[in-house]
Amino acid sequence: MIVLKWLFLTISPCDAAEPWQLGSQDAATPIMQGIIDLHHDIFFFLILILVFVLWILVRALWHFHYKENAIPQRIVHGTTIEILRTIFPSLISMFIAIPSFALLYSMDEVVVDPAITIKAIGHQWYRTYEYSDYNSSDEQSLTFDSYMIPEEDLELGQSRLLEVDNRVVVPAKTHLRIIVTSADVPHSWAVPSSGVKCDAVPGRLNQISILVQREGVYYGQCSEICGTNHAFTPIVVEAVPRKDYGSRVSNQLIPQTGEA
Amino acid sequence: MAEAVSAQTPSLSEQYHLENEVKQVKESPEESSEEETTDEITLETAPADFRFPTTNQTRHCFTRYIEYHRCVAAKGDDAPECDKFAKFYRSLCPSEWVDRWNEQRENGTFPGPL
Repeated sequence: MIVLKWLFLTISPCDAAEPWQLGSQDAATPIMQGIIDLHHDIFFFLILILVFVLWILVRALWHFHYKENAIPQRIVHGTTIEILRTIFPSLISMFIAIPSFALLYSMDEVVVDPAITIKAIGHQWYRTYEYSDYNSSDEQSLTFDSYMIPEEDLELGQSRLLEVDNRVVVPAKTHLRIIVTSADVPHSWAVPSSGVKCDAVPGRLNQISILVQREGVYYGQCSEICGTNHAFTPIVVEAVPRKDYGSRVSNQLIPQTGEA
Repeated sequence: MAEAVSAQTPSLSEQYHLENEVKQVKESPEESSEEETTDEITLETAPADFRFPTTNQTRHCFTRYIEYHRCVAAKGDDAPECDKFAKFYRSLCPSEWVDRWNEQRENGTFPGPL
């Protein structure tokens, strides 16, 4: 059973936070894959440096122990070693900076024209989503609110403090533009699997472009202290196949907005 | 080098989508006018704009709104060439903002150049 569980946990992608999680959630977008890869690349050199520094430290403690070496040598200056230990760490930082900046600038680059625009508007304490690409007038708008499902209403298997009543439905393998803004106080729209964390600032529209590579349900939480119920404003993105997206939007969302 | 760059860069009017019909990402082969009845909807939205290359898109929305209303003012209410600007600003602006601006225009207190 435990073996099965471990197999299951390693096979199925991790798109929500889980207990005692140490690493990142599994990547759903190229950006998140880039973040994870950069983390792993840097971590390799981080371990090398750590081992090297620890080795020097332990070696110094060992060889210059007061019983071994009662009269310490008083070396206060060494030009060669000082040059080396200045140049080499700065070179290492530079070599880390190159892929880091490449990733950073690729993240807010709008490469192609997006296929859909979704507006995510933060409120105290829920989120409103607007799909306005299909509007033909200012009044008609495909808008819905997304509230967290309270703990007592959860069904078996649902995640506590993460499920919402209306998920954001997006097409997979499609370039999306998410316009993030807020109606009251600063919020933040964050989905770890997508590698997205964007502040929602009132009076300002922030744009993020994402490309979800696989279908799935992705969970995120508000990442900017926005008041009492900050912890109870989760984000759930549901990526559906592109051919199903049209029917999902027209069947699920339009009747709801029709009633409202 | 300079010629190569200028050959690739679209002209100003193309960048601003002022003259030509915008080439948008069209996903479904058939055009569906009534998206609420059919399953296939065209995935299209306001294109990326060279004037607003950054994360901050506030001006993008505002500019598209102004462009639409200047277009209507110049060409009349039912001018079909203004429809795309309407689509763009509806895609970009929160409906709350559009409502407020519409109200301001009616009252004559709209802050933008119309």
